[in-house]
Amino acid sequence: MTPPQRQRRDPTPESPPPQEGEGKVRNPERMYVVAGPDGERAELDLVTLIVARAEDPPPSASPEQAALLRLCAAPLSVAELSAYLHLPFSAMGVLLTELLTAELVQARAPIVRQSRTDRSLLEAVMNGLQRL
Amino acid sequence: MDFKGSDTIPGPRAEDQLPHTAQSAAKIVIVGGFGVGKTTMVGSVSEITPLTTEETMTQAGIGVDDNFGSASKTATTVAMDFGRISITDQLVLYLFGTPGQQRFWFLWNGLFEGALGAVVLVDTRRLEVSFDVMGRLEERGVPFVVAVNSFPDAPRYDLEELRTALDLTPDIPIMECDVRRRASSRDVLMTLMRFLHSLAMTGSLT
Ligand SMILES: Nc1nc2c(ncn2[C@@H]2O[C@H](COP(=O)(O)OP(=O)(O)O)[C@@H](O)[C@H]2O)c(=O)[nH]1
Ligand SMILES: [Mg+2]
Repeated sequence: MTPPQRQRRDPTPESPPPQEGEGKVRNPERMYVVAGPDGERAELDLVTLIVARAEDPPPSASPEQAALLRLCAAPLSVAELSAYLHLPFSAMGVLLTELLTAELVQARAPIVRQSRTDRSLLEAVMNGLQRL
Repeated sequence: MDFKGSDTIPGPRAEDQLPHTAQSAAKIVIVGGFGVGKTTMVGSVSEITPLTTEETMTQAGIGVDDNFGSASKTATTVAMDFGRISITDQLVLYLFGTPGQQRFWFLWNGLFEGALGAVVLVDTRRLEVSFDVMGRLEERGVPFVVAVNSFPDAPRYDLEELRTALDLTPDIPIMECDVRRRASSRDVLMTLMRFLHSLAMTGSLT
């Protein structure tokens, strides 16, 4: 028996935008959160780590905000927050923008793939996996 | 959503909390068709019980007269399982098990663009299910390795035969695995990291 045959594809110069009608995220503009001391907009990633700045949520916090602040007493990824809060990923942007603006949480930027991924990072990951 | 009971929202168990020193996280994507073993693989290496993040997709109805608002649209929920491995006190690795259909990917910002690399899990009973996803990764320049999850009743091919069938360049690693076993899943991840390391050495990653 012979397996079915695939044909390799070439990299496209620019990744094509999703096709019309393929599906749309609600409020994609809210996928950005204010981060960093200069208040610049940073892309909210699934693995951006969020940490509460204070031990207890302020009395002014909404129940939703208070729930999030309690969850990230220790660093927690946006993906984990989304899972524990049962909120879609796109809703996290809204919530986190408010909390970042109010300086109630801190965001720690993820490591993303670059044209040349840092070899020492890859070596650290390999060492970590070895210990599994 | 009812947040009245916010005090009772269960968070991570004490032993599942990351240390305050955790500075940054990286991600790896495990992609493949339904039932190929993505969730099993995430679970076998994760230090936490796999969690699920969801996103809602509004699917435009088929046809041209679509501008009647919500009546012609249906919302679909897409779920993605993920797990976590603490690498050091500062660094955390997340693994996302992602459906193979590309139309789901952009629901999560930067899921593939930001990932260090991907594992394409294939089942030889339905090899062609993975063709499109591999093509998409090639187009986007996302480095990947191929892991053949061996199911008992699946046709057995020799790996070189599969490499030819999948039209993989000689440098792309292909291996067999049993993702139910932690050691086997870890070997797949190690193979991906070694591959990424070799790309970083040669600078052939564009
Ligand atoms: N025999 C065998 N069964 C597996 C293997 N990996 C997964 N399975 C089973 O296949 C089923 C689907 O796996 P799952 O991880 O849920 O697939 P997913 O849809 O890709 O997330 C489960 O019942 C698993 O127990 C494997 O390596 N060998
Ligand atoms: Mg699954």
